[in-house]
Amino acid sequence: MRNAYIDALYELAGEDERILALVADNGAIVYDKFRAAYPGRFINFGIAEANMIGVAAGLASCGKVPFTYTIASFLTMRAFEQIRNDVCMQRMNVKLVGIGAGFVYSNLGATHHATIDMSIMRALPGMTVFSPSGPLEARKITKEAARIDGPVYIRLSVGGSPEIYEADYEFETGKGVILRDGPETVDAAIFTTGGIITEVLKAHGELKHMGINARVINIHTIKPIDKDIIIASAAKTRAVITVEEHSIIGGLGSAVAEVIAENGIAARFKRIGLQGVFAGGYGTYDDMKEMNGLSANAIVRETIDCVNMK
Amino acid sequence: MNRLNDKAEEIRRSIFKMICDGGGGHIPASLSIVEILVALYYEVLNVTPETIGEPGRDRFILSKGHACVTLYAVLADLGFFDKSALDTFGRRGSILGGHPDMLKIPGVEASTGALGHGLPFGAGIALAGKMDNRDFKVFVVMGDGECQEGSVWEAAMFAAQHRLDNLCVIIDYNRLQAMDELDEIVSVSPLADKWRAFGWQVKEADGHNIKELIDVLSALPFQPQRPSMIIANTIKGKGVSFMENKPIWHYRMPNGQEMRVACNELGIDPE
Repeated sequence: MRNAYIDALYELAGEDERILALVADNGAIVYDKFRAAYPGRFINFGIAEANMIGVAAGLASCGKVPFTYTIASFLTMRAFEQIRNDVCMQRMNVKLVGIGAGFVYSNLGATHHATIDMSIMRALPGMTVFSPSGPLEARKITKEAARIDGPVYIRLSVGGSPEIYEADYEFETGKGVILRDGPETVDAAIFTTGGIITEVLKAHGELKHMGINARVINIHTIKPIDKDIIIASAAKTRAVITVEEHSIIGGLGSAVAEVIAENGIAARFKRIGLQGVFAGGYGTYDDMKEMNGLSANAIVRETIDCVNMK
Repeated sequence: MNRLNDKAEEIRRSIFKMICDGGGGHIPASLSIVEILVALYYEVLNVTPETIGEPGRDRFILSKGHACVTLYAVLADLGFFDKSALDTFGRRGSILGGHPDMLKIPGVEASTGALGHGLPFGAGIALAGKMDNRDFKVFVVMGDGECQEGSVWEAAMFAAQHRLDNLCVIIDYNRLQAMDELDEIVSVSPLADKWRAFGWQVKEADGHNIKELIDVLSALPFQPQRPSMIIANTIKGKGVSFMENKPIWHYRMPNGQEMRVACNELGIDPE
């Protein structure tokens, strides 16, 4: 996803000279092409995220379009007040691109995990929040972010993730995508977002073997959320499940719950994700998914429990 | 210069009336920067109500946003918005609140209030000016207590690294913060040496002497390729004797008797 983002940014920079690449000492090598082509438009702030966002807002006030980039946890939390006041409150056209969202930086520990970033970015007035599920979507979202006149957060999760879309995939902001479907009325509607989607697709296959029909919906835009697809899907299923590599508090699960509750829909409901804790353990990214209840097996188990809930 | 000194006294009266009528505000911090803003807006800044939307205008950022009533009084006097708005300060429906809102108030370049935000924002504008080969200047007024914020020093390093000699910071060095003297809480001294060590060219001035301020400001940049810093030595609460240098008045309203004394000292008809 990271390479897809940077390739798209490079192309955008060629089309629009207002576009700048701002980093906080992160992105060695991957930015080489951009730096070589546009040396005056690449700025490394060093390890100073708050200043990067404040400066980005100042640049935006003069018509520049800064794409700021660093590890998602540092970007969204170290510089949170700058994002809130300098960018959102002043409606500045600044893009925030966080890498390693979720617990992609598995064995680096919780300091490097971003597992409440969707909660806090979603809460900010005027902020659009994207969470691409793979390279093609990351690319399309990057291009879309440049078209939006205002603050955008792009949450890039696992690198090297497999492509889940065909080349002709048409992306639309705020429109969820049904990736797998069953009959008219399914046993479960599973909403998911970001790189964890690969586990959900595996789980979908296993559930099908077990005779459980599930619809899988990719919510690539966390804000504005696609109310229509949530309402339509929740009304035609026994159980609504959300899966996110993120805390269950404030992110996708909360956003879906809000829509369901406010539209008077009665459904069995389960949020799969970090249950109000920091991601635990060390090991590979796959180990982390297993240890933190986000493997395909865990998703299958939780889905069955929810479908059978009294 | 008499004209500007008179203007400063007029602004002081306006500040006091606004805050007392509006039901609250930071009186001493606002009185502390009167001469600085008069020098900037009446003699230095290349910006008018007609040019406020121009990309080549000078920018002024009040990083210590709690002193906003001084800015309001100056902007209204210069015609950025109608003076009648000053009578609505802090009230329902007003464009003027206890911290400045750039979306609402003509002439305000940055919505400030949380400290440590104005310098990074101003550095961004200065950098944009360099990128676009424009010759405008960016002025940021910060508090001395504000220098306790880490983001100030992140931006200080950045501005020197990028040789932003179109950026000038003026520190309102009144040596007081909300609860006590800076030196009793977390000292920022030696302030000039700190900024010099960060790559800035520093000068000091009497922050209540308009002529001196104008003289210093007319020598910008103090050195090519370096950001400029003016440490303006000021008195918090300047002009109201019982407020001067008294931390307790940071956010406090005078009672009836105190009001009469202050009005008398500022030359306000106490209604």
